[in-house]
Amino acid sequence: MSKEKILEKSFLLIALSSISILALIAFFIFQQGIPLIWKVGLNSFLLGDRWFPSKESFGIFPMIVGSFWVTLGSLIVGVPLGVACAVFLCELIPPTIAMILRPMIQLLGAIPSVIYGFWGLIVLVPLIRNSLGGPGLSILAGSLVLGIMILPTIISISEDSLRALPRTYKEGALSLGATHWQTIWRVLLPAARSGIVASIILGMGRAIGETMAMIMILGNATQLPNSILSSARTLTTNIGIEMGYASGDHRQALFATGVVLFFIIMGLNSLALIISRKGRA
Amino acid sequence: MKISRHHTQGLAKGVIWVAAFSTLAVMFWILYQVLREGLPLLHPDFFIQAPRQMGRAGGIFSTIIGTIALTVVAIVIATPLGVGTAIFLQEYTRESGVSRVIRFGTDCLAGVPSIIFGLFGFVFFVIFLRMGWSILSGGLTLATMILPTIICTAEEAIKSVPYTYREVSFALGGTRWQTIRKMVLPNAFPGILTGVLLGVGRSVGETAAVILTAGSSFITPDSLFSPIRTMAVHFYILAREGISMEMAYATGAALILLILAINTVANWMMYRYAHKA
Repeated sequence: MSKEKILEKSFLLIALSSISILALIAFFIFQQGIPLIWKVGLNSFLLGDRWFPSKESFGIFPMIVGSFWVTLGSLIVGVPLGVACAVFLCELIPPTIAMILRPMIQLLGAIPSVIYGFWGLIVLVPLIRNSLGGPGLSILAGSLVLGIMILPTIISISEDSLRALPRTYKEGALSLGATHWQTIWRVLLPAARSGIVASIILGMGRAIGETMAMIMILGNATQLPNSILSSARTLTTNIGIEMGYASGDHRQALFATGVVLFFIIMGLNSLALIISRKGRA
Repeated sequence: MKISRHHTQGLAKGVIWVAAFSTLAVMFWILYQVLREGLPLLHPDFFIQAPRQMGRAGGIFSTIIGTIALTVVAIVIATPLGVGTAIFLQEYTRESGVSRVIRFGTDCLAGVPSIIFGLFGFVFFVIFLRMGWSILSGGLTLATMILPTIICTAEEAIKSVPYTYREVSFALGGTRWQTIRKMVLPNAFPGILTGVLLGVGRSVGETAAVILTAGSSFITPDSLFSPIRTMAVHFYILAREGISMEMAYATGAALILLILAINTVANWMMYRYAHKA
């Protein structure tokens, strides 16, 4: 085999690294988590509402509900703001100013999640406790912080898809007498729909996966939350809080929580990929 | 009375301006909140003293060493893998079954939450490969986490090298590897470096994956197998366990300054790169 052939094969091997890491992650997490799900039973693991590891009672329904509400809340905060910012950067300001603002949005994505959590803890939590009552450590605080954290994802992908539209769309609409806003609302946003939806799904993935910031501001109660002011626990925080001291079945139950999380994320990722591919076709 | 479409337009644009400004305002609020309390506490001693009394007193020296060590390991492992993958995807294969599988894997890996990387690093590196809670386990875990970022930016950088460069090299009798090494990589270098810097930023700020794989000991490490605590983990523990708000603010401010610096350099390079072409 020539040197060139050998090089090509070695690059192929390197390129398979990312897919093999994904496979390794799946294998090891499943290997740790699946036996426990088997032992407890899928139904009572997913739908059981009592999580008492010391009494061998492993039901993660409250965490599924917690993740659901916090994620939904973050989308209610993040999607309108994010899409508005994308439109702002593309349509409302001159490109030179957009070029200055874009790195700032990137910075928002680079701030470590613990800083967001800390800010939520010292600013939002007392604010909510004093003005709305309850413990302050709540789904509301978590949703607000997560809503901000997913903004960079939503803004950058939505902006890319708005920018990728042919100029003729805008020119056509304007020349038919539409106002700039009618063009944005009736032509540009619908045309960029698939990219925007993909950005929302990816943002959702980020929200579901966030751990440290949520440990700091959700309050971590294992009961089913009954209002947006009650404290909650998500799938990720369940792992993050207890992994430090868990052993035996308890540790396996945390890996099993990871298995559920893994499936949710893979589902969302595939959905985003399919939607954005459809948009391109 | 029906509102005229020009009024609707004014109203809608107003709402968008407000949304954009509140986004920026919240960002500055977050930075300001931590920096206002933290910056005055950043005395030179704070950076060169070891933490004392669980972090209530002293400085953050060992956590700085921990952060650097972990990031270096992550970058040293992830850069060759990431750039190699990008070279394969861009130079050795056209859109094919293999490249589609690799891209799918990379996209999925990019979406995996850091706590899952932490769980994986814990069973695989810490327990299965018996590396224990250590710089090596933590660095390898971070490497797997930043790999997609590096692949993605390196691919973009390689893609942006004009095809004529390669044609010239081939016409002069250069082999594929010579072309890659002498033409493609030098021209794609700034873009690749930007991706690496983004990876550095993510490694520095990561907590969930690090705490499960590198531990949280703040004894200054003496080998790759020593457990360590990074600045981000230190900040998290100080704030969450209420050990010392003052030290938390100071550590947070140091962390933000570091991230700001990394991001500024990355952006500056991207800007220069974009304007050179």
